[in-house]
This record gives sequence, structure tokens and C-alpha cells, in this order.
Amino acid sequence: MTSILAVDDSPSMRQMVSYALENAGYEVVLANDGERALEIAENTRVNLVITDVNMPNMDGIALVRKLRKLQDYKYLPILILTTESSKEKKMQGKEAGATGWIVKPFDPEQLLNTLQRVLD
Amino acid sequence: MSIDLSEFHDVFFEECFEGLGVMESGLLTLDKGTDAEEINAIFRAAHSIKGGSASFGFMDISSFTHVMETLLDEMRDGRRQVTQPIVDLLLESVDVLRSMVTAAQQDEETNLDRAAEVQQKLEAVLEKSGDDDTSTQSCSDESSSSSDTGPASNKGQSQVWQIKFKPDAGMMKNGNDPARIFRELQKLADMTITVDTAALPAFADLEPESSYLSWVLELHGNVDEKDIRELFSWVEDDSELIITSLHAETAAEENHGTATAEGETAIAEPVIAKQSEAAPLPDTEIQPPRENRSADTAQAAGTPKTAVSKESGSIRVNIDKVDALINMVGELVITQSMLSQISSDLAAGNTHTLENMLDGITQLERNTRELQESVLQIRMLPISFSFSRFPRLVRDLSNKMGKQIELIMTGEHTEVDKTVLEKIGDPLVHLVRNSLDHGIEMPDTRKAAGKPEAGTLELHAYHKGGNIIVQVSDDGAGLNREKLLKKAIEKGLVSANEELSDERIHNLIFAPGFSTADQISDVSGRGVGMDVVQRNIRDLGGNVSITSREGAGSTVTIRLPLTLAILDGQLARIGNETYIVSLVSIVESLQMQPDQISTITGQAELYRLRDEYIPIIRVGDVLGMKSEQNCLQNGLLIVVEADGQRVGLFVDDLLGQQQVVIKSLETNFRQVQGISGATILGDGTVALIVDVPGLIQRHFDDCTRRSLSLTAVA
Repeated sequence: MTSILAVDDSPSMRQMVSYALENAGYEVVLANDGERALEIAENTRVNLVITDVNMPNMDGIALVRKLRKLQDYKYLPILILTTESSKEKKMQGKEAGATGWIVKPFDPEQLLNTLQRVLD
Repeated sequence: MSIDLSEFHDVFFEECFEGLGVMESGLLTLDKGTDAEEINAIFRAAHSIKGGSASFGFMDISSFTHVMETLLDEMRDGRRQVTQPIVDLLLESVDVLRSMVTAAQQDEETNLDRAAEVQQKLEAVLEKSGDDDTSTQSCSDESSSSSDTGPASNKGQSQVWQIKFKPDAGMMKNGNDPARIFRELQKLADMTITVDTAALPAFADLEPESSYLSWVLELHGNVDEKDIRELFSWVEDDSELIITSLHAETAAEENHGTATAEGETAIAEPVIAKQSEAAPLPDTEIQPPRENRSADTAQAAGTPKTAVSKESGSIRVNIDKVDALINMVGELVITQSMLSQISSDLAAGNTHTLENMLDGITQLERNTRELQESVLQIRMLPISFSFSRFPRLVRDLSNKMGKQIELIMTGEHTEVDKTVLEKIGDPLVHLVRNSLDHGIEMPDTRKAAGKPEAGTLELHAYHKGGNIIVQVSDDGAGLNREKLLKKAIEKGLVSANEELSDERIHNLIFAPGFSTADQISDVSGRGVGMDVVQRNIRDLGGNVSITSREGAGSTVTIRLPLTLAILDGQLARIGNETYIVSLVSIVESLQMQPDQISTITGQAELYRLRDEYIPIIRVGDVLGMKSEQNCLQNGLLIVVEADGQRVGLFVDDLLGQQQVVIKSLETNFRQVQGISGATILGDGTVALIVDVPGLIQRHFDDCTRRSLSLTAVA
């Protein structure tokens, strides 16, 4: 079963995302900030990572950078969730190694559609 | 498939309120100096609220927050200075936002007038400085067009799009895969793919992580260019991408050397493009979101009330407390099975086990007590939840009144029962307002009196002997004894020739309708405040009193039991009955010395305790119970305090102290003056719990009646 690591400091977002993904048949692991996500990533193998950008402790961009250093996560699809449609944040994400981005607000359908693009 | 998001709304609303709290306290600290991390925290809170509200369809909230966020962004980037007016404006915005969220939560229509007003002010500020890059639209309007080929959206018939795609060597390092992109493209229309392998090195030199291939793709059908570009949006900066529109007849096939054609063959006839439902389109229109039903007529309450203290049905508990509880229940289960075992042994006639049984029961008692403490702990929250509103309140009020006030809060971590917490908020607010309004003087008055211009208001909470003490003190003008006395005589609360201690006079302010304020301000002075405060505190099983020194300041002390359902009580015997007096009210208990007793025949009995005379109340007489002892020195006196006044309760005997569970008398019988409830003791008998102020009142009413009847007879 395809498993997804979803990282966001907002509990309602986490709930929404996990609900939408689980309904679609994915297995979901949640983390509330970059540090926690990294811990999980170091011990578990997932198929995809979705992360918010603005979080305390370790933000999304730093998380992506660190994930790319892990052997299992070198080519894993990593998507960043950003409300900022400015190019800079997207570029930052890319430079850190993110595969792509999803702009907030999105609804569950959009999320699932975007995931299709990166999952086999 | 449509997913119903409304069940997540509750969590989202709670999150919003928390975030708003963070913003508010953060903004208040900005008053005192700029802290980069603080601004960041405020920004993040706003950002979260914006994103979340948009995701859940609350577009009004989202667009309002967006403007705040833009301003905060400038502040955190250093592009804008943090000034007092800006902080004030942001605080106002937080208020507006709070009322919008509350309205959304209660499914009411929001009054958008105030929001629009404040938003305009925010926008005005934003215009006055350099950067103003974002529009006020929160929805994304990504329009990155790095390529300039082709008409924007050309839904011509029989269209062919030619896409030349050459990834940079490192494009795939980010996890992007051309094959997947092509797969998605094929969902848009029929496609041919031609690959150019010219750049492929020899196998031995091949770096598996790099890309050496390029492709030419042809999409036949009715496809928007922007949809195509969308699928490449993640990789367009890491690749060469050229999209051109060709006519079907002249679909040029440029040869790129050896070709390995993959995919379907081109279809000559124009095909209506199958717009895929699955096409991922992050920047196309968001599906019509649920708008906040906005009202033109201000149907909702005009003034945004600060969140009415909702008696929420839920509580956040520290997981450690829950774990401790689970442990204790485990112990209880063990003890219980042990006792079961013993009792069946006993039934089998094994007398040895009687001792074990008693041990078991002791253990049960211990388990139960620990469990009880643990469970009560769960309902406890730090009083900081109540205190947290005061920095803002004090700031606003002191600005309004033109006074300088410094607020000091201590003991915020002191834990209080949740219900107590919810109900103590309003009384505290009133007391604080009083201090600010009537207590602390204007800066020049203070200066003239040799005091520092800034007045000090102190909120202090601590545990003491099984109770919570909360004190509100100020270093203001204090209470004026003469004024109070005069007013009390006017209102008939005391008679002109009564001898009253300062303390007694000061505590008169808790009487209903009492106010010596010369001017009634809208903050306080209507004389309906202090008695309500006292009543609220009494309802919680506590008491409130005031001490004051004229010219130096006043301190209001609130004493509350730790929990509402359980009382620490002193058991006392009157005749054959057991009564309970709450320890909160008790000052001391003693056996009376005959020479200290004074009697005024037919009227009152007084006891001289150190340097004050306290009235003796024969509890049995007041409650209509036969006392065993008639002689005062043979019984005992419980000295209690209420309304700043001390009285002595005369009882036959004291029976020890214990915790009792309060059962309501009202629901089982009816209200009785002087009795606040009842409990069931260990031996199964019922003991009534004395309501000290009620009892005192009843006693004095009796005395008055008696003396009236005496004068009538005489």
C-alpha cells in the first residue's frame, strides 16, 4: 500500500489531509513539524512526502533539504504545500530538492489529482 | 467523490482561537520592543489561519487575514518598522478576526462593515511604503510564463501542439520523471512521442541519475496551452521546453536522428480533446467555496463581543495525567480482584484471611484516594488561562483613561478546577476594572502624592492549605473610610452609632447597590459590580474580602476551594446531628474561657478574642436543633469569617476533618437558608453542610425579630 508522510503544524490541515488520503486508499503518517518528520523519515520508508512550508522548529524547505540527504529519500517525490504563489518560495523549494508544489488552498480532489502526477 | 469537510471545522475553529491568542500576546510584547522571533510567530499564526480558512471555504476570513499577513510579512522581513499605531491596528484586526471566526463557528452571519473598515486601514498602511507585491486576492493567480510561444488559449479545432522537451542533466534529481509527465499529457489528448537519443553516452559512461534524452511530443486535440504548461510547471526551470501550435495538415515532423517511436500513432481527424477530469490543476479556479454568508443588515450583534465565556464541553488534558489515571485504575483492579479472592476464601471459612481483608481494604482506600486526586487533577488547568486576557485589558483601559499602569502577574501556573476557571474570569475583570478606575490615580495626582507616575496592579495566585487564593492589589488611593461609612448609613446598611472596624467598613463595598463613585463611568461605578462578584465567588464555594489603606492601595483577596464537588470540611456535632463547616471559612476553633464571655441579656452573646469582640451564634438555636450543651464553656466555638466579619459558631463538639462530596439539597429537597448542601458520611448518615454567610444572616434576622418582639411586649 502506498504510504504518505504528511507534515503540517496545523491540526485541522493534518486531519483534512489524512482523511482525504486515507479515503483514497493511501496509508498516512503525520508529523507536526520538520524535526518530527525527519525522525519518522529516518525510521520509516514512505512513498511520498507532503509538507507545509511555514512550521516552527524546522520549516518545510529545511526539511526537504535534509530528506534529500537520506539514502531512501533521494528520489522520492516530495511536494511542498505553499500558500504563497510567489516564485521565490517555489524556487527555494526546488533548490532544496522538492519535486513540486501544491498551492493552498486546495481541496481534497485537487490534492489527490496532484498526487497522481508523482506516484506510479 | 466529494469529501465532507465540516467535521474538521471544530478543530479548525479551535486552532484559530489559539492562533489569535498567540497573535494577541505576541503583539502585546511587541509594545515593549521588537523581537524577530516573536514577529515570526505572529506571522505564522496569521499564515495558518489564512491557509486553513481558505481550505475550508471561509473566504471572508481568508482574504481579511491575507492583508494582515502581508503587513506582518513586511515587518518580519524588516521592510517595515514596528510602530505603536501599527501594533494597535493589528490588535484591532485580531479583534475583528476573532468575531469573524466566532460568527463562523456559530453559523451566524458576520457583520462585515467593521471588517471592511479595518481592512481599509490596513491597506492604507500598506500603500504608504515600498513593497506591495501581493494583490489582495488570496487565491493564487500563478501566471508564470517562461515561454512565449503560442496564443494563450486557443481552442481551435484540429489543433496540434508540438512540445519540445529537453530536461537538464539534473532534472530528475528532485524526483521528477518525464515518463510520468508524459502519462499525464496523454490524458489530455492523443499523443505521439519521439525520442532523441543522440546525446546518450556509452553505457559504461552512463550516469544513471542524469538525463541525456530529449523528446518531441505532439498532442492532437482541443487542448489549452496552459493545461500543457501546467503539467510541466515543476520542471520548466530545469529543462528546455518549447510549445508551439501547428496546423493539423502541416504537422511538421522534424527528424532528430534515429527515432524510436513510442506511443500511439497520430490520428488525422480532429479529435475533440478529452479534458481529463483527473488533470491536476493547482492554479485553476478553486471550486466554488462556501462563502461566509455576509449580512448587509447588521443582524449579528453590532459590537463584537469578546468570545462569550463558553462553557465548553471539552478539556485539553496533559497526557501524563491520563497515564497516571490509567495506572491507578490498574492498581484498583488488582486490589479489587484481591478482595474478591479473600471474600470467597472467607466464605469458605478461612479465618486467617480476615486480617488480609482489612489490609486489602486499607489498600482499597489508598487506591480510591489516589484515583480521586488524579481524576480531579484532570479538571485542573493553570489559572494563566484566566489571567491571559489581562495584559490586553489593562493596556486598553489605561490608554482609555490616560493612566499609566504596570501589570504584574504571579503564580499563573497555579492550577484551578476548570469550572472555577471559567467562572472566575468575570469577577476578576470587574475587580481589575475597579482598581484601574477607582483605585489608581491619574499620573499627576500620583506624582503630587510622591508616588511613581505609573501605578502598579498585581494579580497573584497561589495554593494555601487546600485552597486557591487569588489577590488583586493596587497601589492606588485606597478606600475612604468616611465616604464608605456615610454611604452605608445612607443606605441603611449600618446604623449611625454602630462601632465598626475598618475592615468591616471596607467590606461594605460588597453590599448590593453600593457605590461611592461620584461619577459613574461606563467602566464601573454603577454599584452592581461588587455584590455580583461576591455572589459569584460564593457560588463557587469561596469568599472574597478586601483590605485597604487610604493613600496606599487596596487588596482584594478571593479564597476558593480547589474543587467544586468536594469540600474539605470540619465535622461538628450539635445534639445528635453532624454538621459540616467548610475549612475555607474557618479561622480557628477554640474552647471558650468563661471570663471572656460577655452577655447582653436577651440580645447577644459576645466573646472576646484577643482584641475584638465576636458575636456567638448558637447554631443549634438558629437551625432549630436541640444542642446538648447549653453552657457556653462546655461546648466549642468555631470562629469563621465572612464578609470581613468574624463570628463564632457554638457547637457541642468537633469531630475531625475530612473531605466530603457535596450533594445538592435543592435538587433533593428545597433551598434552606443557612445550609448549602449535604453529604453522606462513611457510616451512612446524612450531614448537612453549613452555609456560613446564610447562617449569620439568619441569626441576625432572628435577633432583630426577637428584640422587636421584646420592645413590642414592653
